[in-house]
Amino acid sequence: MALDSKVPEGPIKDKWTTYKDNINLVNPANKRHIDIIVVGTGLAGGSAAATLAELGYNVKAFAYQDSPRRAHSIAAQGGINAAKNYMGDGDSNYRLFYDTVKGGDYRSREANVYRLAEVSGNIIDQCVAQGVPFARDYGGLLDNRSFGGVLVSRTFYAKGQTGQQLLLGAYSAMNRQIARGKIEMFNRHEMLDVVKVGGKARGIIARNLITGEIERHSAHAVVIATGGYGNVYFLSTNAMGSNATAAWKIHKKGAYFANPCFTQIHPTCIPRSGDYQSKLTLMSESLRNDGRIWVPAKIEDAKAIQQGKLKPTQIAEEDRDYYLERRYPAFGNLVPRDVASRAAKERCDAGFGVNATGEAVYLDFASAFERYGKEQAKIHGIKNPSKEEIIKLGQGIIESKYGNLFQMYEKIIAENPYETPMMIYPATHYTMGGVWVDYNLMTTVEGLYCIGEANFSDHGANRLGASALMQGLADGYFVLPYTIGDYLSNDIRTGKIPTDTPEFDEVEKEVKDRIDFFINNNGTKSVDHFHKRLGKVMWDKVGMSRNAKDLTAAMAEIKAIREEFWKDVKVPGTADEMNVELEKAGRVADFLELGELFAKDALERNESCGGHFREESVELDGEQKGEAKRNDEEYAFVSAWEYKGEPADAVLHKEELEFKDIELKQRSYK
Amino acid sequence: MNLTLKIWRQKDSQDKGQMVDYKVTDISEHMSFLEMMDVLNEQLVNTGEEPVAFDHDCREGICGMCSLYINGEAHGPDRGITTCQLHMRMFNDGDTITIEPWRAAAFPVIKDLIVDRMAFERIQQAGGYISVNTSGNTQDANSLPISKHAADEAMDAATCIGCGACVASCKNSSAMLFVGAKVSQYALLPQGQVEAADRVKNMVAQMDLEGFGNCTNTGACEVECPKGISLENIARMNREFMSANIKG
Repeated sequence: MALDSKVPEGPIKDKWTTYKDNINLVNPANKRHIDIIVVGTGLAGGSAAATLAELGYNVKAFAYQDSPRRAHSIAAQGGINAAKNYMGDGDSNYRLFYDTVKGGDYRSREANVYRLAEVSGNIIDQCVAQGVPFARDYGGLLDNRSFGGVLVSRTFYAKGQTGQQLLLGAYSAMNRQIARGKIEMFNRHEMLDVVKVGGKARGIIARNLITGEIERHSAHAVVIATGGYGNVYFLSTNAMGSNATAAWKIHKKGAYFANPCFTQIHPTCIPRSGDYQSKLTLMSESLRNDGRIWVPAKIEDAKAIQQGKLKPTQIAEEDRDYYLERRYPAFGNLVPRDVASRAAKERCDAGFGVNATGEAVYLDFASAFERYGKEQAKIHGIKNPSKEEIIKLGQGIIESKYGNLFQMYEKIIAENPYETPMMIYPATHYTMGGVWVDYNLMTTVEGLYCIGEANFSDHGANRLGASALMQGLADGYFVLPYTIGDYLSNDIRTGKIPTDTPEFDEVEKEVKDRIDFFINNNGTKSVDHFHKRLGKVMWDKVGMSRNAKDLTAAMAEIKAIREEFWKDVKVPGTADEMNVELEKAGRVADFLELGELFAKDALERNESCGGHFREESVELDGEQKGEAKRNDEEYAFVSAWEYKGEPADAVLHKEELEFKDIELKQRSYK
Repeated sequence: MNLTLKIWRQKDSQDKGQMVDYKVTDISEHMSFLEMMDVLNEQLVNTGEEPVAFDHDCREGICGMCSLYINGEAHGPDRGITTCQLHMRMFNDGDTITIEPWRAAAFPVIKDLIVDRMAFERIQQAGGYISVNTSGNTQDANSLPISKHAADEAMDAATCIGCGACVASCKNSSAMLFVGAKVSQYALLPQGQVEAADRVKNMVAQMDLEGFGNCTNTGACEVECPKGISLENIARMNREFMSANIKG
């Protein structure tokens, strides 16, 4: 099947408006007869469910948590971008579009990104109207801060809990619809497969996680909003339950999976401490506004620190290597995430890492304390303040900006980050790749949509900070509600979709058979055993830096782990009760397939771009020596994989990317 | 360190349930409490026993899913954190740790340490929102200046993660800190004023219907709240409720 992105004709600035003016609409009376299933209730799914219900459709929403408000969007800390230009620093829709395409290393679809920028401002309006308590200045207007990879301040925030506040906002909109009966909420339910009737997505099979009951749900369209697949690494900043099952199941039913190798390793996470570690914790990128990243300049100092013989505060200013400021003077500590992560790895691989494992760098706030302290002293008219007074005043400002993050750090590491620099190291955080969708956010299966992090479309090979929240809410509040209407306008006479059909029988049987297999397998090793092994292969061979030899080996190793998993996995308990190990088994089975496709995609893409760094593709000389080398002539396309049984047999379809409005350039943050 | 765990095991909502003893060894002080529970569960799975079911998800203190009552305290002995942020350095080698689910009539046990907190969701559905159309056709965000003070106070209330520690800590199983926080967020903002009276009346009515107890101002909820939600929110809710009823 040839890929058709269905991007409307016309100038980029007019595409979305023209599109909206010309699509088919569903009359309000008919919407009452149309059902939509939304799987996943984070920012994308939650906002979509609320908006679709507001429009009048009957929505069935599914979450594996006990409430939509617990989806992992809640953990997003730093903020949400919008091209409001409230700061008057020259921001515009075009600049947000440009920054996002450039930040994504020219591997995203221009028309989707422009639309994202275009609706970004409206997201803020909607959220404020819902009562989201964004940070404000003393004049009562909204405050902004700056994030990596851009030269303006366009990030709106609510302390270090922006994701939480936006999700509570979307959930409040859902609650209004739940109360009206327009959203039927299925908490503690997990989608285990999609049901197609006549080639169209017409329902899902879900498991009630409390009773173990397998349920059939039908609808005229199905929306997947289940987030990314970062937990393929076992350790990531994702929630423990975050999984790729819905996305992978629809892939196996015909939805192409795009750019799996585009995965973001976030530079500022708390380093790991031992093998028992269950997850990694992010420290918001916003900290890079005020923190300076460094390692010791002398290898002997680094060794002494690793052995616990020296403290960071004992190292003189001239013996510190602020390597981001050194390598990238224009952007300094605010280079995009992929660049910052690789730079940290480079220093640690060279032996300059700073904790016992040698895998950490410092994020130091000392100069911010001083800078803010001096400003505060001036504001409060304190004459000749002592150094201690200045530091104290400055710490107060930092506390008001990032207090919760500092507290979180102190609880985990048991060190006070006001007194000694934080230690950070990169960790898997976000997946730019995902289910392939066209301009309508429809997958290659008719009537099956995919939104938010679960799709691939807007961030290319690297996502800029504070853009995930923007994309999730843009898709849910402002894009999908239009595009899905155009599709559903053909369904006004269809009537209710029955669930007592052979199509539902068949898929339900597949689901039940798989559950029975796990319960009766009587293996010897736990699900986590296999998940951890998969994660290690992914991190070591398909992590921040990749090469053909390791990727080939990774594919074989993952396949071997998968085969062993199916032979030897042990799931205690029964199918018809709450069974956490059974839930995990299904998810890890899917990660074991996805991981191999991920490695295959990384192997196929022999260029370095964004979060995907191939050691074979670096600049050999000139100012950019050693930096990632993109290859636009051969790889300016989206890799969309078609499922053919084994992941290794997946067939590649290419969506060529055209850049009409932005000139393809090497990203330079120097 | 080596520990003895006394854990509440209950097969399902119908089962009577009981405390069961377990031993775990070689626990690192750098582990989080839930990582210690993972070690126990791995041990149980390997010996063919059913692992202990407990709610958890983000493991960074924000989703509000985790909910253990540890040694008689919601979220354990440390302050200002959730169970997933509790670290084993708070315990000593040889300790016996008692782990129970939230205990409240309105939070029935689903399995082991997992309870049903749907009562909180129904309270929010009774009015915890602003009735603005979810269509984006609203006014520009900056056309409504809000004093920094009010916005910050609303934010403080809005940081509630709805975990239920307040209910579990209260001798009356009162949900007033939770409901107070939700009412306050909107009461403090101009957007929430239009429906303020109906909101507080409906949410309080639903709270009573769910079977939560009343507030007797012991302040235990505030002490155990992982997000530091202040008792002021209960006072504000009471004020809002009174004035809503007086105005009719």
